[in-house]
Amino acid sequence: MDSFVNIALPKGRLGEKVYGMFERAGYECAEIKEQNRKLIFESKENGVRYFWVKPSDVAIYVERGAADIGVAGKDILLEYEPDVFELLDLGVGKCRMAVAAPSGYRDNRSKTLTVATKFSKIASDYYKSRGRSIDVIHLNGSIEIAPLLGLSDVIVDIVETGATLRENNLEVIEEIVDISARLISNKASYRFKGDKIDEITGRMREAIK
Amino acid sequence: MKINDFSLTDEEKIIFSLRSLYEKYGYEQYKMVKFEEYDLYVQNKEFLTSENVITFNDTSGKLMALKPDVTLSIIKNTKDTPQGIRKVYYNENVYRVSKNTKSYKELLQAGLECMGNIDLYCISETLSLAAMSLKLISDQSVLVITDLDVLSYAVSLLTADSSVSGELLRLAGEKNQHGIEALCRAEGISDEKCALFTELISIHDSSSAAIKKLRALLPDCELVDSLEKTLNSLKEFDDMTQVDFSYSGDLNYYNGIVFKGYVYGVPASVLSGGRYDALMSKMGKKSKAIGFAVYLDELEKIFDKGKQYDVDVLLLYSEGADLLKINRKVKELTDSGNCVLALSSVPEKLRYKTLIEL
Repeated sequence: MDSFVNIALPKGRLGEKVYGMFERAGYECAEIKEQNRKLIFESKENGVRYFWVKPSDVAIYVERGAADIGVAGKDILLEYEPDVFELLDLGVGKCRMAVAAPSGYRDNRSKTLTVATKFSKIASDYYKSRGRSIDVIHLNGSIEIAPLLGLSDVIVDIVETGATLRENNLEVIEEIVDISARLISNKASYRFKGDKIDEITGRMREAIK
Repeated sequence: MKINDFSLTDEEKIIFSLRSLYEKYGYEQYKMVKFEEYDLYVQNKEFLTSENVITFNDTSGKLMALKPDVTLSIIKNTKDTPQGIRKVYYNENVYRVSKNTKSYKELLQAGLECMGNIDLYCISETLSLAAMSLKLISDQSVLVITDLDVLSYAVSLLTADSSVSGELLRLAGEKNQHGIEALCRAEGISDEKCALFTELISIHDSSSAAIKKLRALLPDCELVDSLEKTLNSLKEFDDMTQVDFSYSGDLNYYNGIVFKGYVYGVPASVLSGGRYDALMSKMGKKSKAIGFAVYLDELEKIFDKGKQYDVDVLLLYSEGADLLKINRKVKELTDSGNCVLALSSVPEKLRYKTLIEL
């Protein structure tokens, strides 16, 4: 049995911040800081192996067992519902999933609401819970432009500071859910490496207090 | 006829081993047709892993479905025997939408069902057979046992609101401690009760350690005594048993002991089962029931890993070689238990143990 715990980290600023948390919790891996093109890094003394992967792919790596644990945004967990354990809210990468519309927008409930979003499931679930009929337009980026060009009435997207919305004359009209980075675990890995995964979770919990 | 072990696939070897195991314990094989009336699945759609079912009209216009599940068919087609016991096993194909590919797949399932007057022995035997099934698949396997009655009792200490209890159970299935704490804060559930529940879902221990923790958490709960009795009967499998309360499933169908099996190298559970008295009752049966299924398709990930060669012997003959001589050599080698490939040239990428040139 592989005694290493394989950890999928999201590439980018959030991933670097999260790696810092693992380091402070005692799971340092010196070679990760070397400037090179490597994607996999091992620390034999700490029994961990880190991978950098696209943030939206972390949950897939963990669910399919390529990584034992990983760090994924709550937005990804809500959208794709991977069958994983959600062990810890790391309290970083905080933002909100919200509905935004052009300033002064007024909802006309007599017609189907068109919603542009990258998060089709979150948007559908939200409006279903409110009994509102919607037409979801799935986009892969530049969501803010959709209501400006008349493609949709509103958008459902992640809002961090709200600056992009303001610059495009949009405003948050409803908040759906708070988002932050979560430590997740593959369910089968947890059965074979549970003690080590619990140790990592416990130390990370202490590190963020 | 003697079948050479080499000619069986890993999947077939496991099917034969499981079949032999279940027959040794008095289970009889249950054969069924490939399809059922669609109505059966509509009425029990929450029991299915996916609502998507392949349907077609039969010659009389009746809407039929290729079966996405075996248990429902067995319950429907088996005589209710509330005073007796009926034990059956099966190897059947089911047709489901794969979560990963989002397309229909034909999946081979093996499993067993024990229906009737279920006593502690039936539960213990089913759990033992689940453990033995896992051991037949791999030495590195774990049987995770949950007691839904204990879990439901713990939830009832926190809330009587069904929507809140449903959410607590969903979060328990994720081992989502921070989510439970947030929900308890929002619902005004005390810190003490919240801590009790988060400690319960953090349990993933051996039987004895889990019982010790449960006694400390739920000192007056008689359900723990019953769980202890069941776990004590599984001493033989102590090294592979974990007790855990992070169950994600529908409590409208399952009750009491439920379990999942994992083997190292497969990222999802390969075995799943439990008591389903509630489903029996919903389908108008007075019998109680317990059973499990082994998902053989999941095992593909560990199959073939140990297979080093495609054939034992590559018998290379030259153009114009004596055919009788080749035939005799092939027979001699196959009679001694070898898998032989006779060719006039060496194929690319073929893995063979021995090369014999004639």
